[in-house]
Amino acid sequence: MDYHSPASFAEASALAANATGTTRFLAGGTDVLVQLRSDLVTPDTLIDIKKIEGVSNIEQNADGSWTLGVAVTGAEMSEHTTLGQDWPGVVEAMDLIGSTQVQGRATLTGNLCNGSPAADSVPAMVAAGVTLTVTGPDGARTVAVEDIPTGPGKTSLAKGEVVSAVHIPARGENGGDAYLRFIPRTEMDIAVVGVGVNLRLDGDTITEARVCLGAVAPTVLLVEDCAKAIIGSTLDDTALEALAEAASAACNPIDDKRGTIAFRTEVAGVLAKRAAKIAYARAKGEKA
Amino acid sequence: MALDDRKSGFTFVGTRPDRPDGLDKVTGRAKFGADMSAPGMLHGAILRSPHAHARIVRIDTSKAEAHKYVKAVVTRADFAEVPFKPGLEGEFWNVLENVMAGEKALYDGHAVAAIAATSALAARDAVKLIEVEYEVLPHVTDVDKAMAPDAPVIREGAADYSVPEGVHPNVVRYHESGHGDVEAGFAEADLVIEDSFVTEATHQGYIEPHACLGQLGADGKGELWCTTQGHWIAQKTCAALLGIETSQLRVTASEIGGGFGGKTTVFIEPVALALSRKANRPVKIVMSRSEVFRATGPTASASMDVKIGMKKDGTITAAEGIFRLQGGAFPGAPGDMTAMCAFAPYNLTNVRQVGYDVMANRPKQAAYRAPGAPMGAFAVESVIDELCKKLDLDPIDVRLKNAAHEGTKASYGPTYEQIGLVESLEAAKAHQHYSAPLKPGQGRGISCGFWFNHGGETSVSLALSEDGSAQVMVGTPDIGGSRASMALMAAEVLGIPYENIRVTIADTATLGYNDVSHGSRVTYASGLATIKAAKHAVEKLCERAAAKWGIPVDAVKWENGCAVPSGPNAGDFDPLPLAEITANMGSTGGPISGHFEATPEGAGVSFGIHIVDAEVDPETGKTSVSRYTVIQDAGKAIHPAYVEGQYQGGAAQGIGWALNEEYIYGDDGRLQNSIFLDYRIPVASDLPMIDTVIVEVPNPGHPYGVRGVGETGIVPPLAAIANAVSHAAGVRMRQLPMSPPRILAALKQDG
Repeated sequence: MDYHSPASFAEASALAANATGTTRFLAGGTDVLVQLRSDLVTPDTLIDIKKIEGVSNIEQNADGSWTLGVAVTGAEMSEHTTLGQDWPGVVEAMDLIGSTQVQGRATLTGNLCNGSPAADSVPAMVAAGVTLTVTGPDGARTVAVEDIPTGPGKTSLAKGEVVSAVHIPARGENGGDAYLRFIPRTEMDIAVVGVGVNLRLDGDTITEARVCLGAVAPTVLLVEDCAKAIIGSTLDDTALEALAEAASAACNPIDDKRGTIAFRTEVAGVLAKRAAKIAYARAKGEKA
Repeated sequence: MALDDRKSGFTFVGTRPDRPDGLDKVTGRAKFGADMSAPGMLHGAILRSPHAHARIVRIDTSKAEAHKYVKAVVTRADFAEVPFKPGLEGEFWNVLENVMAGEKALYDGHAVAAIAATSALAARDAVKLIEVEYEVLPHVTDVDKAMAPDAPVIREGAADYSVPEGVHPNVVRYHESGHGDVEAGFAEADLVIEDSFVTEATHQGYIEPHACLGQLGADGKGELWCTTQGHWIAQKTCAALLGIETSQLRVTASEIGGGFGGKTTVFIEPVALALSRKANRPVKIVMSRSEVFRATGPTASASMDVKIGMKKDGTITAAEGIFRLQGGAFPGAPGDMTAMCAFAPYNLTNVRQVGYDVMANRPKQAAYRAPGAPMGAFAVESVIDELCKKLDLDPIDVRLKNAAHEGTKASYGPTYEQIGLVESLEAAKAHQHYSAPLKPGQGRGISCGFWFNHGGETSVSLALSEDGSAQVMVGTPDIGGSRASMALMAAEVLGIPYENIRVTIADTATLGYNDVSHGSRVTYASGLATIKAAKHAVEKLCERAAAKWGIPVDAVKWENGCAVPSGPNAGDFDPLPLAEITANMGSTGGPISGHFEATPEGAGVSFGIHIVDAEVDPETGKTSVSRYTVIQDAGKAIHPAYVEGQYQGGAAQGIGWALNEEYIYGDDGRLQNSIFLDYRIPVASDLPMIDTVIVEVPNPGHPYGVRGVGETGIVPPLAAIANAVSHAAGVRMRQLPMSPPRILAALKQDG
């Protein structure tokens, strides 16, 4: 196994482009190292991106949007004084992952690029409209989070491509987001269903919405019909029922050790309603 | 010896001093199984079967043997040569078959070969160089399917004499007991309920994986360090499997990071010794969590039918249960224990119970706290709860009406001596939890639980030091605070402070045989032996005082740590403290020590009652346990904080078993969830504060009245939680674990 710690993303990209066999980028390592130790994935090339300048920065831009380095940890996001006020759903989703120890290492980008359909931060990022800078052999491009996962353990990133920055949009007025997951325990578990909701209000009426489901299909799902079900409504019972129905209808889950098809389908609707209520309350400036 | 030493008031017993192992454990100084190293040590790794059932056609170890870091490779052939003890049979043969597969791999994770290499990493890599050719065979992992006529036979001829003719060869033991006429009893009932229940296998879930360091020379002399509940059984078993004399193998028990019954046998220990014998170097083996789940003993899974008849006033007229337990690819599932414990709390005129021990392609089951009893209680106490609900009777009143008491002929045969079930039920009824109002959506459940408790072979030595302190050597690994309890009991007899006594778990070379720390026996049996050993030393102390005073020894008695004249006629002498006698013991007759060994028989059965409040999210099926109270008879609590810890621990493990823990097998017979992420033991935030009530109805078989408390606490939770969940959800739950998908499905089905 070759270990590299490049000083720039261009260098990281070149290393990955020229590597043979299995390549992994190492940020927090909370998936890569676990998979290595349990004999699931033994990389031939390990590229540590933590030594690249700026990867641990959390910056708010002049337009109110945010740029996060790819090695920013869950703990750093939770401890940030204002990020969580803008995007409580994104921060809470990240905070649900693993233990205190894992929070000290784990990153949004790692959670995304691991390719798990059950990754907690991903539905929240998709709902929030998060985009990424991807650096590759031909330079940099911007990609929406929802365009990265292509299946369990798989991403759309080409050989030599590496995520180099995370961009969270400006929160703007009258917006709120939320993420809820279902686990059988109270913590230290993996989502059986996850739902991220992000919406904006004009008065009491929802004018914009993005609803994203996790762990109910081979990839996270940005569900257009869920958004339609609540846009134009005041999140009344009829809208909530329509939202739940749309969420359940979008599910394409599997039966496995963590949950059944029937359970995931049903609970996706339940959580969509609950998450929407929280996001709605947040958009109205209420504490939730 | 009925309560011959029971005092009305104790000085040390019943207090809560600091634990003697506390500082070592919080500072990391304590040495657990994986903490020992030796010069020249090699690291072992085990190759395990990926198949649930397969014939081993060929094992080629040549590539592994050629690896430059590999110093030894062993397969079953290395255990076959047993010149000293040829012809292993019975449980020794089963254990050998389990620690290293013979002709067939019998479950996913079954060991088929092992290597020793110069580093743990090299061992892990090199073990993959062993090539095994398998002929995959049909498999079965479910207990009911394993008994079906078309089930693959795991091993012909494994059944013993007890199994009736015409039963599938996977049924290897059969138990039937009871008394009265159940059919007549059912005819007398106003309501009869018959129902079926299923529980899945659960693992003991000890946080410390199995680990050992073994050294065995060509001269047949060996040393073994391991994490175990019983190092004498490890010594005896390893010696048998390796063909050496028992006494030539010295076994030392490490500190133990949990066992709960699962560390009462051996897995990696004989393998480390066989590798060491071949490599002529010490060999250390440490299991991964996945190996622990795949290849060490979970408890049995169960399928059960229970039928109970009740009169309108709550009198049980008859009870019948059929309990089918699956214990892996070896005999041993405790169907007999399940059957014997199921109705034990009740005074029944008509009762019949049947237990089956069934083999399937799963790891060999191991004991897990009151093995077999929790499943049976789940079925029986659920049916009683349903009867109470249908007849509109109070669940505690009904249990009080039918409760066993002194003189009751137990469902499994014997007549009870003094027992504390009625007192415990009365304490439960009086507890404020039982009368506290429930919030909307909450349900309350209760259950009784029973366990036999055990005595077992026990040997204890106690030696006094010149300065008046004492050392106690016991042979039962401390799995629940026994060093503190032993010190308290020795202090009580000797009359010296708790802090002046150091209790050590002696190795197999320094004390006589001791049974495993199991059966809730340690505080009872080692405690009894400690009291007797201390009294033995006191006799000698009194002799020295008598000699000094020039009076007969029977004119001297022991009081508050001093020899004193037994009465006014014995003479007028000042009390002679222990330390004054020991200060001169070298010149007054030599060292003073005490010893006791026996197989005490009066363990004293134990009963507990749990009260549980639970609420169920009707939209997701998720349960939260909002309040929990354990009421249990301890006979006499030596160190009440440890007793409470045992009660709470049983409840916590029971909550896991009831709600989320389960062995999940795929259609391929492979275990799907061999990590703690997917094998869901409760985390701290899943548990409410578990309240405890210690009832003390003394056990006549112990000098201070002790009853074991380690196991009974896991018997009631499954039923108590199931009853609470069933009331909260409004639908009877008959299958464990009551995971959210199962509860939600039951709610949907109920409409």
